[in-house]
Amino acid sequence: MKNRLQILSAAMVGVLFGIGLLIAGMADPAKVLGFFDTERWDPTLAFVMLGALAVASPGLFFLGRLRRSLLNGPLRLPDTRRIDRRLLGGSVLFGIGWGLAGICPGPALVLLGRAQDQAMLFVPAMLFGMALFQWLEQRRPRP
Amino acid sequence: MPVDPSAFSFIPALAGGALIGAAAVLLLGLCGRIAGISGIVGGLMAPQRGDAAWRIAFVAGLMLAPLIYSTFAPISPVSVQTGHGMLVTAGLLVGFGTRLGSGCTSGHGVCGVSRLSRRSLAATATFMVTAFLTANMLR
Repeated sequence: MKNRLQILSAAMVGVLFGIGLLIAGMADPAKVLGFFDTERWDPTLAFVMLGALAVASPGLFFLGRLRRSLLNGPLRLPDTRRIDRRLLGGSVLFGIGWGLAGICPGPALVLLGRAQDQAMLFVPAMLFGMALFQWLEQRRPRP
Repeated sequence: MPVDPSAFSFIPALAGGALIGAAAVLLLGLCGRIAGISGIVGGLMAPQRGDAAWRIAFVAGLMLAPLIYSTFAPISPVSVQTGHGMLVTAGLLVGFGTRLGSGCTSGHGVCGVSRLSRRSLAATATFMVTAFLTANMLR
């Protein structure tokens, strides 16, 4: 029952997240690329981040102190602290991909939900990239 | 830097951002998970028992959002001018890079930065600068 409630919550939160992206205009790659345009700067992305951080900062802070979720499950918070080559290298690759098309994973799935032509190329490629990472990761020798 | 006033609307930007922030709080509060899209989707590549359903539900919700949104408000058309080869390249880089770097705009940029994680601050600064440089080199 608890698990079902969690799955239902996840679905509703997914909808909320997607509607947030749509209202913010961030499901439009042209607006995202506008943020990186020095000739006709579109500051939307900065305000979206500001709005998100204003809600998420206090919310995540208080939840972090609870130690259990509101449905009495564990809170799975990342505890890695290392800033290493994997973190920075991965972020460089992601940044290049994001700068090329103006699409990051969340908006990609929203665009796919709209059956947007370009997302039908982007999302399978993204999933392939993720699967490739998983495949290489499982073959990596563990120290 | 000249601002494009026609493109910019800060109230929907703030409101949409606040909803994204609320979604991040609710996912942690209800499911105990960080709302990082790349992590949620990537976790489906090698699914653990009992750990796949909530991920699929979240992704389904995200994909249903345009349909639900369009019943309340007109949904504006999007304009992607990126060519096919470029889209595939970008998708591959975004997929692989976000998994290697353990997060994307949502996981590092919203959740990690909110928690003042130095790791996420470093990742966010890195992908923002790289995206800026890439977008401008293409122009």
